[in-house]
Amino acid sequence: MATISSTGDTNFRIGMLIYDTRYRSYTIQIIALIVFMLAAAWLVSNVIQNLALLGKTFSFSFLGDTASYDINQRLIDYSSTSTHARAAVVGILNTLLVAILGCITATVVGVIAGVLRLSNNWLIARLMTIYVEGFRNIPVLVWILITVAVINETLPAPNEFRGADSDASPLLGGMLVLTNRGFYIPAPVMGDMSMAVVIVFLLSVGVMIGFRRWAKKRQEATGEILPLFPISLAILFLPTILIFFILGMPITLEYPELKGFNFRGGVFMRDSLIGLWLALSLYTGAFTAEIVRSGILAVSKGQSEAAFALGLRPGRTMNLVILPQALRVIVPPLISQYLNLTKNSSLAIAVGYMDATGTLGGITLNQTGREFETLMLLMGFYLVVSLSISMVMNWYNERVKLRER
Amino acid sequence: MKVKGAIIAAAAVMAVSTAANAATLDDVKAKGFVQCGVSTGLAGFAFTDANGVWDGFDVTFCRATAAAIFGDANAIKFTPTTGKTRFTALASGEVDILYRNTTWTLSRDVDLGFTFTGVNYYDGQGFMVRKSLGVKSAKELDGATVCIQTGTTTELNLADFFRANGMSYEPVPIETNAEAQQKYLSNACDVYTTDASGLAATRATFEKPGEHTLLPEIISKEPLGPLVRQGDDQWADISAWVLNALIIAEEKGVTKANVAKLAADGSADPEVNRLLGKEGSYGDMLGLPADWAVHAIAAGGNYGEIFERNVGESTAIGLARGLNQLWSKGGILYAPPFR
Repeated sequence: MATISSTGDTNFRIGMLIYDTRYRSYTIQIIALIVFMLAAAWLVSNVIQNLALLGKTFSFSFLGDTASYDINQRLIDYSSTSTHARAAVVGILNTLLVAILGCITATVVGVIAGVLRLSNNWLIARLMTIYVEGFRNIPVLVWILITVAVINETLPAPNEFRGADSDASPLLGGMLVLTNRGFYIPAPVMGDMSMAVVIVFLLSVGVMIGFRRWAKKRQEATGEILPLFPISLAILFLPTILIFFILGMPITLEYPELKGFNFRGGVFMRDSLIGLWLALSLYTGAFTAEIVRSGILAVSKGQSEAAFALGLRPGRTMNLVILPQALRVIVPPLISQYLNLTKNSSLAIAVGYMDATGTLGGITLNQTGREFETLMLLMGFYLVVSLSISMVMNWYNERVKLRER
Repeated sequence: MKVKGAIIAAAAVMAVSTAANAATLDDVKAKGFVQCGVSTGLAGFAFTDANGVWDGFDVTFCRATAAAIFGDANAIKFTPTTGKTRFTALASGEVDILYRNTTWTLSRDVDLGFTFTGVNYYDGQGFMVRKSLGVKSAKELDGATVCIQTGTTTELNLADFFRANGMSYEPVPIETNAEAQQKYLSNACDVYTTDASGLAATRATFEKPGEHTLLPEIISKEPLGPLVRQGDDQWADISAWVLNALIIAEEKGVTKANVAKLAADGSADPEVNRLLGKEGSYGDMLGLPADWAVHAIAAGGNYGEIFERNVGESTAIGLARGLNQLWSKGGILYAPPFR
């Protein structure tokens, strides 16, 4: 503090640091900073000291060791001979998978439920109220456990599909098998020339986007409205279907078949994934519904009345007048719902879904005893994911927010 | 700012959680009870009875430890731990001693910073399946869905066993025995694997135990025993010698019924006298009262009595003594001499 008094100000007295409003805020801030830094230093030294007392070093070298455990759902190659680092990546991908699936479904469910809750139909509006209040007011962990328990207890076990006159049989001619261990759907098998089909499809997507832009410009210029939906659909699928048959059906489907204890082949979605995904989506969807409803209600009634007066039909009024304005209100709280969903996905271990918390923060932590390091990594991961989601959504918010003209 | 906050939060957690070290006996005496980490619920080994009182094989050893220190088998509190949380609970000082069907392995003993102080149950990993599956051997389990308790050695043994036999499987990781039971009974897994004693205990609680069978393969050695934090030799010695005293008591025929009389009247066998504090000052060496072993034995009886009452053949769990028989009767239970 003594250094401050030597600023050369002849009239300066120590007491002015407290009583003079010109200096008081600096004094307070400097003291607060010193206290904060002391606290931080104490915490860090405490950690180092206690780790030393426990005889533990701080090192991430365990990540290179063999993991020796198996993970059921692997989006990349992994076996028990892989490293802990790879196990962590498998878990991280599983977290991202359920987070992305969950955010998409929650948005769809939320928008539909939010709009329907404002419906003039008494029954529909009340049903949506029950959904929203039911899901919002029960902890998400309970929903996750219930969903998986329902799948486990009500659906048939794989061996009930056995034999000619079995108790259970696949649905949709073998396309969908619902067992209590998860759902199976056919997997595409890429034959020769299948890349051509994929390329044509990607080109169609590009053409469709171009067409929609052109149609919008044309509408703004001439006022004529084209039947957008059927034309987009045709552009999207017709060329792909044509090339698919011309090349002699290079992509075939692999159907799930009962072999041994379980079904084999096809795409397997485990009970834990389905349960977690469903529960997180419905839970977050309930909050999203309220956000959507508040966004719509925030748009003044005069807007829709004006739209009706201009002769717009209710659907167009919603899409062109209400929702664009409502998005301003909807997007910022929606960001935090997406963040919540991603963070809530760490409850996955309750149903045996191997997410980042299950692999890195669970088995790896337990087998290596590196609590501090694994939890730091885990916190870093969730932080990066959350900040990334925030960034993307803030960018989107910038785009939809009201521009003063 | 957020990053900084996270680090501080982590540091705070660590700072709070790493308190106790060294002189655990003094800490325990100061607070007046032993904090014992046990399973969240495994029939026969650690469970709460209808009155909410903890009982079971592991629990009785905990109580004997408390009795040796305080002369009161109820001077104890229990912390239920899962396979995942147990080591953190012990390392952080939340519990003083862990009696939770924990396998003694090199990495746990050395790298995790614990000391295993003995073996109270020699076990091995087994498999339980429904009889209706018609499976006769674990080698026929290719492609099966297997429920495992996560954070245990069974998880690693399982991976090794299937890889060594060139088979594939679908692991379903579960946190507690109760959840695993629910999954297995709803047929969400074909197989439940854990230590054979745990399987027998779990099966005993089923509505129809006869519909399930344990496969003959035992795929691992699982010496289960108590462990304490490394670096406190006195506390480790107490834990080890309470267990040894109970084994020696069985060897010498000291039981819950006759221990009080033997302690009062003395015995012709000098080792019994030393055990019960009539000769020598073995209690002082450990920092315990002279009659510590008397209280430990009075808490739940000697090793054999504890075994028979909780998990033995007369109980629903019905485990044979097997390896856990005294060395003099064909088992491998062997305590160093009490002198």
